[in-house]
Amino acid sequence: MTATMKYVDEFRDPALIAAVAEEIKRTVDPGRHYRIMEVCGGHTHAIYRFGLRDVLPANVELVHGPGCPVCVLPTGRVDDGLAIAAQPNVALTCFGDMLRVPGTAGTPLELKARGADIRMVYSPLDALKIAQEHPETHVCFFAIGFETTAPSTALTLLRARELGLRNFSVFCNHVTIVPGIRAILDSPDMRLDGFVGPGHVSAITGCRPYEFIARHYGKPVAVAGFEPLDLLEALLMVLRQIRAGAAKVENQYRRIVPWDGNPGALRALAAVFELRPYFEWRGLGFISQSALKIKAAFAEWDAEVRFEIPGVRVTDPRAAQCGEVLKGVLKPPQCKLFGKECNPEHPVGALMVSSEGACAAYYRYARVEEALEA
Amino acid sequence: MCLAIPGQVVELIPEQPALVKVDVGGVRRNVNVGLFEPGEIGLGDWVLIHVGFALSKVSETEARDQLRMLSAMGEDELAMEEVRGYAFAADGELR
Repeated sequence: MTATMKYVDEFRDPALIAAVAEEIKRTVDPGRHYRIMEVCGGHTHAIYRFGLRDVLPANVELVHGPGCPVCVLPTGRVDDGLAIAAQPNVALTCFGDMLRVPGTAGTPLELKARGADIRMVYSPLDALKIAQEHPETHVCFFAIGFETTAPSTALTLLRARELGLRNFSVFCNHVTIVPGIRAILDSPDMRLDGFVGPGHVSAITGCRPYEFIARHYGKPVAVAGFEPLDLLEALLMVLRQIRAGAAKVENQYRRIVPWDGNPGALRALAAVFELRPYFEWRGLGFISQSALKIKAAFAEWDAEVRFEIPGVRVTDPRAAQCGEVLKGVLKPPQCKLFGKECNPEHPVGALMVSSEGACAAYYRYARVEEALEA
Repeated sequence: MCLAIPGQVVELIPEQPALVKVDVGGVRRNVNVGLFEPGEIGLGDWVLIHVGFALSKVSETEARDQLRMLSAMGEDELAMEEVRGYAFAADGELR
């Protein structure tokens, strides 16, 4: 047992965890290598935080997926947001995670230090409130996130319309998880055996959207919660399916995830958003129908309609290999910049910014593990 | 990003049914329950909160597990910071 196991021991149900880990060992074929992708960045964080790799057999490899909102946002869109912030009488509001994501001319935080009106909010409703209190300022909310977060933006836009607020807009960068998974499945350099499905995204979408993974690609999926036991149980579900030659969607996180999702949230999404024909993801390139656009009925509150957006595609710094890490082709330390030019204090790529980014999680926990093991 | 913070509904706001007052570890803030049917979230219920909106209705046990989970992940302070940071209020309410 390695030093990081203490995280698991300190957590509840150590006996149950040991039992599931043992069952996983019995389920896998020792002569086979398994590559299972955890799609969600929250899962990536939990896997490193709890040292779960230490309780898994060496031939079960966890591949980190694209489910980290700031990580998949391409630099060009950060620049677009910052271009909005540069307009006169505009306050750009965003979540804390966004503040440290580098754009071409710097991070939002750096631009704020240079005088741009950029404010951190914890909820899109806070941005709305700033707009109500400051009618002389146009308040734009830089919206990012998967289906977990998009319904909140939808309800905020519905509220803005209800209030007839004229000095508020949303710069919409919401993406949907399924096309990202599809892009990875279609990627020629990617070989995966199964998926651990996202937890809180699925609380909104339910499990049905993942059925194509089983049906068309023949890969098992288990939607999982965030506790060590949840993740191990979901891995066991996937490995059991592989062993049985099955491919279906299972729901380990039933206590939070209804099979059909949250109908109210899905209605709000459908009322406010439509699919974009295509949208750029960092590392994955342009993916069709992978992002949400504000419907024409809400054009007054759509920052992309109200403002001139540069819309310039910006390539990542050549040396940074965020894309390969994001697709699971490379592990974070295999990137040439990892831990050197790119570190949590000075992130070059977004995967080092968010705690859900594979690089930040690896930097924070796995390096400690390795030091202890050395 | 997908932080889900457990809280208990301690007050309904009749004039604004989309909002309820929630207690998270002693901090009381308004939370939007618009993702649920009117009346679906009641007094004493536990919810998981994400960026100011109730995302799921959960049992008290699940809420406590989630709280312990956040603390084991080292994200409990971040969660409290987020809840303290919610600045939106019911119409006419002072904050």
